[in-house]
Amino acid sequence: MIEVKDLQKSFGELQVLKGITTTIEKGERVVVIGPSGGGKSTFLRCLNLLEEPTGGKVIFEGEDLTDPNADVDMARRRIGMVFQHFNLFPHLTIMQNITLAPVHLKMKTQAQAEEEGRKLLTRIGLLDKADTYPDMLSGGQRQRIAIVRSLMMNPDVMLFDEPTSALDPEMVGEVLQLIEELAKDGMTMVIVTHEIGFARRVASRVLFIDEGIIKEENSPEKFFTEPKDPRLQDFLSKVL
Amino acid sequence: MEIINTIVRQFRSTFIIDNRYKVFLTGFKNTMLITIVAALIGIAVGTVIAVIHNIASQKQRHKNLGGTLIRLLDKLLTAYVAVMRGTPLAIQLMIWAFVLLAGKDKLTVACIAFGLNSAAYVSEVIRAGINSVDAGQMEAGRSLGLDRLTTMRKIILPQAIKNILPALCNEGIAVLKETSIVSLVAVVDLTRASDLVRSRTLLAFFPLVSVAIVYFILVAGLSSAVNRMEKRLAKSDRG
Ligand SMILES: Nc1ncnc2c1ncn2[C@@H]1O[C@H](COP(=O)(O)OP(=O)(O)OP(=O)(O)O)[C@@H](O)[C@H]1O
Ligand SMILES: [Mg+2]
Repeated sequence: MIEVKDLQKSFGELQVLKGITTTIEKGERVVVIGPSGGGKSTFLRCLNLLEEPTGGKVIFEGEDLTDPNADVDMARRRIGMVFQHFNLFPHLTIMQNITLAPVHLKMKTQAQAEEEGRKLLTRIGLLDKADTYPDMLSGGQRQRIAIVRSLMMNPDVMLFDEPTSALDPEMVGEVLQLIEELAKDGMTMVIVTHEIGFARRVASRVLFIDEGIIKEENSPEKFFTEPKDPRLQDFLSKVL
Repeated sequence: MEIINTIVRQFRSTFIIDNRYKVFLTGFKNTMLITIVAALIGIAVGTVIAVIHNIASQKQRHKNLGGTLIRLLDKLLTAYVAVMRGTPLAIQLMIWAFVLLAGKDKLTVACIAFGLNSAAYVSEVIRAGINSVDAGQMEAGRSLGLDRLTTMRKIILPQAIKNILPALCNEGIAVLKETSIVSLVAVVDLTRASDLVRSRTLLAFFPLVSVAIVYFILVAGLSSAVNRMEKRLAKSDRG
């Protein structure tokens, strides 16, 4: 689904990604962990070209997105993204938040979008919030709405950048539960997270990104029980 | 009694005798004309400058001629804004009137001078308004597959406008007050009118205080409109 070949990214002098190669297959749930500043967010943001790679390729469903002629907007419709700080649109109601893009991009009529929106809101138990504004919601509710906003595009893959890091502890569970449900439904996803328990439950593969490269990659069982890279052993000893 | 007589005499002398109120009316008309036309020029040109800056500052995937040209234009406009903000308006006004547009109708020249100066401030107001919107908003819009222009129109500008509108009105107030230097190029505005009457009647109080009151009423009216607008916008502000 997404092929990453020797991906590099520099901000001026600072080289953040130093050659990352991996392939994300359909149905995989790839969890990315690593120390702060190691390049996890940058890696994720390169996958949908929110950051423009300075080297290497990102090939989504056969199309090289780093090619200047690639239709990145079209690819982004099929790559959902969920941000640490939700980034809901504060001037729009919840229903407007989730229907804006599919309607504007003519993927759905307003009526179809609202009907699907109501279904998804019902599923997460927030239908009664459809006509309120984001600032009326708790952090956990906002993040679940942000996930629904992505789902409204019927994406092929979803990217999560620390979806629970900005939440009060009591709200982390509801968001992780929703992501786990999507995983059970077979959604392909790449998740940056510090929630190790969640990573173990949901991941089909775990990547350790540190100092701009993938230092280790394994199935969750092996990754957490038999870490080989000394930096990973050190990292796990701190977070477990 | 004596004082009342004096007041009446001075009032008559300032406004009634020789139909001097007409001088004030002319001055008022010109002040309003210059302010309104300059503000409109300022908003139009300032918006164009801000839009060009916005296009020029986006990450350029395609390194083509159009992109190079627009970035060059943006550099020129940035320099223009710096000059407009970095030199006294009185000097700019005189350069327009006596150098660049020498011999042209002075009222028109004044509108252009104040308008193009205001444009520099307006472009900054719009730029600041857009920058005040969290960068995550643009990213969220783009990550949904919306293009830059749509995200700008549907997501960024509706939020930026809350900061832009009140600041634009404040800029209008500033222009109104600044027009009082227009007598430097021999246009009869409100200030110049009071000056003419003062030098004719040799009475200072009424001519000066009366135009001060007129300026103040105009500014206070605009300011209270801004306040009401800010309250309304704050009420509709959703976090
Ligand atoms: N837009 C940018 N401009 C300059 N430097 C940046 C930019 N974005 C990220 N960086 C730098 O790149 C490095 C990697 O950042 P990144 O956000 O990818 O790390 P991370 O692994 O996600 O860390 P965290 O766990 O703190 O989120 C950091 O040193 C950061 O300062
Ligand atoms: Mg990060």
